[in-house]
Amino acid sequence: MVSITGVIARPTSYSGLWGWITTVDHKRIGVLYGVTAFIMFLIAGLEAGAIRAQLAQPDNTLIGPGTFNRLFTMHATAMVFMVIMPLSASFFNFVVPLAIGARDVAFPRLNAFSYWVFLFGTLLMHASVLVGQVPDAGWFSYANLTSTTYSPNDGLDFWALGLLVLGVSSVAAALNFMVTIINMRCPGMTMMRMPVFIWMTLITSILLVLAFPVITVGLVELVLDRNFGTHFFDTSGGGDPILWQHLFWVFGHPEVYILILPPMGVVSEILPTFSRKPLFGYPVVVFSGIVIGFMSWAVWSHHMFTTGMGPTALTVFTITTMLIAVPTGVKIFNWIGTMWGGSIDLKTPMLFAIGFISLFIIGGLSGVSHAVAPSDFQQQDTYYIVAHIHYVLFGGSIFGIFAGIYYWFPKMTGRMLGEGMGKANFWFTFAGMNITFFPMHFVGMNGMPRRIYTYGEEFGWGWLNSLSSLGYVVLFIGMLLFVINLIQSLRNGRPSGHDPWDAPTLEWSISSPPPVYNFAEIPRVEGRDPYWTTKRRAEAAGQPVAGPEAPVDVSTIHMPSPSYWPAFAAVGVVLIAAGLLTHYGLSLVGGLIALLGTIGWSNEPATAPQSHH
Amino acid sequence: MAHAAEHAIEETTTGLNHRKMLMWVFLGSDCMFFAALVATYMVYRGQSLTGPYPIDIIDVPITTISTFVLLCSSFAMVQALSATNRDDQRGIRIWLLATAILGAIFIGFQIYEFNHFKNAGLTLGTNLFGATFFTLTGFHGAHVTVGIIWLLGMLVVAMKGRLGPASSLDVELVGLYWHFVDIVWIIIFTLLYLIAGFDTGPAALPGG
Repeated sequence: MVSITGVIARPTSYSGLWGWITTVDHKRIGVLYGVTAFIMFLIAGLEAGAIRAQLAQPDNTLIGPGTFNRLFTMHATAMVFMVIMPLSASFFNFVVPLAIGARDVAFPRLNAFSYWVFLFGTLLMHASVLVGQVPDAGWFSYANLTSTTYSPNDGLDFWALGLLVLGVSSVAAALNFMVTIINMRCPGMTMMRMPVFIWMTLITSILLVLAFPVITVGLVELVLDRNFGTHFFDTSGGGDPILWQHLFWVFGHPEVYILILPPMGVVSEILPTFSRKPLFGYPVVVFSGIVIGFMSWAVWSHHMFTTGMGPTALTVFTITTMLIAVPTGVKIFNWIGTMWGGSIDLKTPMLFAIGFISLFIIGGLSGVSHAVAPSDFQQQDTYYIVAHIHYVLFGGSIFGIFAGIYYWFPKMTGRMLGEGMGKANFWFTFAGMNITFFPMHFVGMNGMPRRIYTYGEEFGWGWLNSLSSLGYVVLFIGMLLFVINLIQSLRNGRPSGHDPWDAPTLEWSISSPPPVYNFAEIPRVEGRDPYWTTKRRAEAAGQPVAGPEAPVDVSTIHMPSPSYWPAFAAVGVVLIAAGLLTHYGLSLVGGLIALLGTIGWSNEPATAPQSHH
Repeated sequence: MAHAAEHAIEETTTGLNHRKMLMWVFLGSDCMFFAALVATYMVYRGQSLTGPYPIDIIDVPITTISTFVLLCSSFAMVQALSATNRDDQRGIRIWLLATAILGAIFIGFQIYEFNHFKNAGLTLGTNLFGATFFTLTGFHGAHVTVGIIWLLGMLVVAMKGRLGPASSLDVELVGLYWHFVDIVWIIIFTLLYLIAGFDTGPAALPGG
């Protein structure tokens, strides 16, 4: 087996394309996640544009019903699984080891593996576009619409297998971050001294690890139903379509918090930095996050109020759903308390963070309104729900993520994003978001159902829909400004220095971009907001901190070496899934590649002996 | 060998090895996987529209034997770890091999059972009993198979004389996985054979 490992010499170089493919550096993997997910964000955003164009006027014939179904399915699936989750993963990767004072994650190669599986899973699902068999049953693909009777082409198989592959990636990454956060904190970094973003990453990882297996079983049963003649969700064989809904939402509701907790963590870092005072009620913010994590398992049936579960279930899930709003409200008051009396600096990250709070409050309140089962009966499957999810996922998650991009971009690249462009980006996005999604509350309450490709003029939904579509144009300009800002900054952005925001956490004590080894000397911390403590002490001593930690010779530090096995094993994993779509022989080949990859991987030490020590 | 020694001196916040923690968390994740499969089975218990029903084909005595074999394999696994810690090279090989063989015998029983069920007219598509039974026990069998491959890989390492007290963790990890798969089987055996193994058609269950 040693000979297998030796077939191709182990990569030692960090440069070029091969350097990126074989990288195990958490910072580079974070960049890979970010770039891939941002491209998916633009694609899924354009899909939304096509949807808005079709709905701009009544009785529109721009896009046929079939294409419309495919568009909203791929838009939502991509936004949830290939945009928000990996953008959060990008921050997990880049920030977590830096903020806990570690040199890398616990399993650098597993981390690379997670990224490659994510990329290949994304490509697998989008290969459906190439063969013209695009998934079209909505992002939650309710049975029995997914049966071969109603979805005869391979689209749903692409969808199910693509999600299974993405699940492997998410669970592998989450396992890695749990171990990293619990086990790789620098001396003095106790749990209750960790930045809130790290806490939210930990809770999100726990939710991922426990929730994904449930959807995995649901997806496996769907694949079996469609390809192997079982009747899990088929009433003609005694099966129950509602079982799919239970399996989907037992995963799906923790998933909602998987999407929102990381941006909540991001905002909890940004608000103190730009208010120039520590987070108000740190333990309460942490514990409310933990409570949300627990309670996210007890609310899934509020997605299913209209399935006829009976009054007991309706009552219980109404109560639990209203209760889960409490810890979320607690967080919002803590954020407001953080800003209260602070000297607020309205830089772009702060604007997006405040935008997050205000829009998330609206989304949260509309959420509470359909927590009440009788009220939900009226709102179920209308545009009111579409308004709600976009206020929490766009106004919430995406705004939080943009806040994070503006905040950490200087650390990632060593350059500032343009502040003027950033503010324009914010105001266009904020206005566009509200013009697009606020009218949906009204058309929803006026009875416009979701997922219809057109509507009659006589319903009177026309002008509000035109307004929504106009909002998309504003939003589009906002995003265009961001892309321009990004390109300008990468080309000739203002150098940021190591600590442009006078921030409190450890990642700002090292140079931007950080050296491969992160910390020349592993830091010791004595409390929360350690870098503030360091800087204030130095100022009190009359010698303010002038620059980042001095660089050292990289060869003196023991770092994990690059490896091609993670990408190799990831190819095997996706071939197993691809084989189920085409020819089982391909699955066998994929299995062998994955096995070979595992053998090569486990025979290879984390640090190559010939590399630097 | 070098990296095994490295792991031994690795400093962690909790003092617990990274890989060991990873394995425990993974097993937690796997618990949810089997929980969802078991839940599907229990929800659809007695809901099959056509036979064969469990009472018609489930053979409790034979599966009791295969269950016993699997339990013995856990004993062999414990012995393998103990031999590793004592640096008993012969013991390591014997007990690793014994664990793998006992696991393989269990898989043999399962193949026999699946084949027998197929001949008796029960396949994935026959009814809900077939679908839920084969999915749950099939995924368990796949877990055992992965365990066997892992054990054989360890055996290859052991044959080269590279396992010893320094690599105790490597053996312990496969052991953790193996015992977990074993415990899952105890739950499956109890639910699918001892409790639901005598189910007749849908009418026999209260409320069914």
